[in-house]
Amino acid sequence: MPRPDQPAALDGGLDRRRFLSYLVAAPTLVVAVRYGLGPETAHAALPGSPEPADLLDLGDILILGAKATESQLIQLELGEDGRVSCALPREEAGQGITTAVAMLIAEELDLPLDRVVVTLADARPELLTGQLTGGSNTIRSVYEPVRMAAASMRASLVAAGAREWGISTQGITTANGNVIAPDGRTLSYASLSALAADPALFLSARPKAAADRTLVGTPQNRIDARAMVTGAFQYTNDLEPVPGALRAMTRRPPTIRGRVDKILNEAAIRAMPGVVDLAVVDLSVGGVGDDLAVGPRSTGVAVVAETFGQALDAKEALEVTWFAGPVAATETDATIKAKLRQIQLPFTVPVIPLVTRAVEGEFYWHFASHAPLETNTAIADVRADGADIWAGTKVPVVAQQTIELELGVPTKLHVIQGGGSFGRRLFFDGAIEAARISKAVGRPVKLMMTRIDDTRHGRARAASVNKIRMTYALGEVLSMEQRVASVETDFRHGLGEAITAVGGAQLNIPTAALPISLGGNATFAQTVFLTTVASPYKFGTTSQLLNELNLPFNTASWRSVYSAPARGCEEIMVDELARAMGKDPAAFRLEFLEDERQKTVLRKVMAMGQWGKAMPRGTAQGIGFHAEYKSVTACLVEIDATNPKDPRVTRASIACDVGLPINPRGLEAQLQGGLVDAIGTVLRAGLHLRDGGFLEGSYSQFHFPRQEDTPPKVDVFVFPETTGEPGGAGELGVPAAVGAVANAYAKATGTKPRSFPIIFPVDFEPFPTGSGSTRVQSA
Amino acid sequence: MPQYSFMLNGKKVDVDAPADLSVLWTLRDKLGVTGPKYGCGINVCKACTSLVDGKAFNPCVTDVEDVAGRTITTIEGLADGDVLHPVQEAWLEQDVAQCGFCQPGQIMAAVTLLKRTRNPTDADIDAIENVCRCGTYFRVRQAIKSAAAKMDARAAAIGDPEPAPAPAPQPSPSPTTLIGGVLGGLGLG
Repeated sequence: MPRPDQPAALDGGLDRRRFLSYLVAAPTLVVAVRYGLGPETAHAALPGSPEPADLLDLGDILILGAKATESQLIQLELGEDGRVSCALPREEAGQGITTAVAMLIAEELDLPLDRVVVTLADARPELLTGQLTGGSNTIRSVYEPVRMAAASMRASLVAAGAREWGISTQGITTANGNVIAPDGRTLSYASLSALAADPALFLSARPKAAADRTLVGTPQNRIDARAMVTGAFQYTNDLEPVPGALRAMTRRPPTIRGRVDKILNEAAIRAMPGVVDLAVVDLSVGGVGDDLAVGPRSTGVAVVAETFGQALDAKEALEVTWFAGPVAATETDATIKAKLRQIQLPFTVPVIPLVTRAVEGEFYWHFASHAPLETNTAIADVRADGADIWAGTKVPVVAQQTIELELGVPTKLHVIQGGGSFGRRLFFDGAIEAARISKAVGRPVKLMMTRIDDTRHGRARAASVNKIRMTYALGEVLSMEQRVASVETDFRHGLGEAITAVGGAQLNIPTAALPISLGGNATFAQTVFLTTVASPYKFGTTSQLLNELNLPFNTASWRSVYSAPARGCEEIMVDELARAMGKDPAAFRLEFLEDERQKTVLRKVMAMGQWGKAMPRGTAQGIGFHAEYKSVTACLVEIDATNPKDPRVTRASIACDVGLPINPRGLEAQLQGGLVDAIGTVLRAGLHLRDGGFLEGSYSQFHFPRQEDTPPKVDVFVFPETTGEPGGAGELGVPAAVGAVANAYAKATGTKPRSFPIIFPVDFEPFPTGSGSTRVQSA
Repeated sequence: MPQYSFMLNGKKVDVDAPADLSVLWTLRDKLGVTGPKYGCGINVCKACTSLVDGKAFNPCVTDVEDVAGRTITTIEGLADGDVLHPVQEAWLEQDVAQCGFCQPGQIMAAVTLLKRTRNPTDADIDAIENVCRCGTYFRVRQAIKSAAAKMDARAAAIGDPEPAPAPAPQPSPSPTTLIGGVLGGLGLG
């Protein structure tokens, strides 16, 4: 453990000596790993004048925070059938983490990949902050403990084989799930599963050397793909863990966080076919602007029926009068933007007349929905003596504890694989609402939010104003200042506890870089900003500061959080600066990037995408670069903006160096996804604010890209191992692609995009906020 | 409550349901067939795409009374036992799925396209409206092209048991119109 008076490990890795593997008493071989109390390791010297995220990024903080627990992180079990299973304390929602972890296990054990079973662990409160899925952190945080557990399991199997044969372990090898003696005799892992559980044989072993790997670093398909393509894969809504669970839906207020005044037609609703019960329920989850001490800030009406179709009909037929929510009816994107400009922190580097010149840009990012295909869904069985909840959540410990505290009975949260997240499942509104409804109606229920409600009343990426000034003189860039003013991003889902667990003293973030502490969420927001957003360029005096405005919106981290808007805007300004200085944007980046690893990735993408080739009028190339969580990526796109109102990205080339790729095929998928996120948020996908809520309701209105909006040609190159340590990759793809798409559009159209999404008309008839609903002023 | 019978993935099923219950919730909540997913309920995300009498339709906006006596195939009925449909095989080979939630609908949309043409162009593939929030579109595109090649090869090898699609297919009416589904979901949640 790092001493409190010393900075935490700055090498970004957690030395394997800090982990301990041990045998768990069981009938078959079970090996676990926990953080150890090993000797302090040497610290790297501080680099000169770095930004906080260069020293210690959010991923490091999450790993360090999890060290507060000494409980086992990872446990592997060898079954009598020779399969090895692991209940991963993380949420899989498409990132491919279960496949990557299965590969790590299979590699160390010399076991075929299809004999490794990775499931998701239920909430494990003993892990404290160690069960949060976020910050592109899963592989970074489990890489060492998983390998160590598997290596120790293999050593035990080798020792058991040696004992069976009466020989020394010298020369014994393993392959294909078998222990092999020097003379060729073999014993299967299955046959040794009980024998190897003898504590006398246990040996804590080191993972394989890089040169001995045969699986890690090779492209592998997802372990759950077959179930997905046959329809057998079960998401929360497909489960029936409690016989007779009824279907629940909620009628939500016309405005964000509005409240129920009166139900006008309760008897008629109760008489509808299939309807079993209804109840007014609390819809608040303790987010920003919430004061639970004064009671629920948001309520709705839950309808419970035999089928979702009937629950939906009934909730739509409800006639309800409402109290308006806290977002003023007069609030629009324009008023939000004006308020954000008012709190914008000032630039400090002056432009000196006749000596220095500057490029400046101010950018507005609209709210954007997370919009995972699976809407917020949960199953709850609340009984007098206990409760069980099933939901896809990235913060199961916080969710379980919060729900248990409210229900007052022992509660177990079962983590279910999610149909997408992108940050949405950092909040557990589905789980807590299902629990409240189950308690209110005295029956087990399955709750599902409608798409329209999830878009309007779920979580969203906060709107923000990004302002950048870059000064230059005589071919040198003198300064890069960035000021982000954002509607507050809500981190009150357990991230704060994880950060606090590390403690400010260990962060070693220069106190001058931290604004006056505002306490609570604002401090977490600063920490996230400072530990994720960093310019990769040698632009002289560099400062990037955030200021947030506490407005009563339901926000949440959206894949890459501050980086997609902030780094994306910097990439746009880098193009404008290059142009002002008379340089090619890609050559300019190569000149100013900080290190050779970054330049190699940029050069790769320039070659892949034939940077600089002649392009027809109305079309153009654009390039973007990004580095975060010890990974590096560049993206080069071609856009056809012959009709500036109907552009299409027609080709994309992406290169990435994640240090140590576990599954290049999964990484490719993550980068392709990041590209589509960027195409969406830059060109067409956003939310309009009107009358106290968002206008968009479904995919026909929130214009997330479809097939026709995405490039028919995409190439991704994943560099083989460079640093020997896996970097973060789940969010990596978004910021570089944001820059590339915006820069291509700017060049093709001769415009300077300043508001995103660029093409953002209200090109639809908004759905009514609810049949029969009327709105009354807040009491 | 009225009773309806139809063929579902090769078996006759009888279900008691209100006439206007959507096929989506009939399948999911009454028959336990959960491959077709809810993503929007108003026929814009297409995650529930399935086949009725061999043509694509969206169960979320189709009433159960409109499929009485007809033949429904969901993603669960696409494979022949353990033998996957060529489109499913292609999906595995291209490792298309990320979260996987939209993939049953994507696959059924691809199956429909390949029934219409064995040589889908990029423009044909662009016309598939199914939303994938994870952004698997490029792999969907590759998988469709690869599945087309597989189906051609298979047809050539076994003398094409399925009649080849007509060279100039007639534009088919919108599936939802065809079976009397209405956009009654609009305005509903």
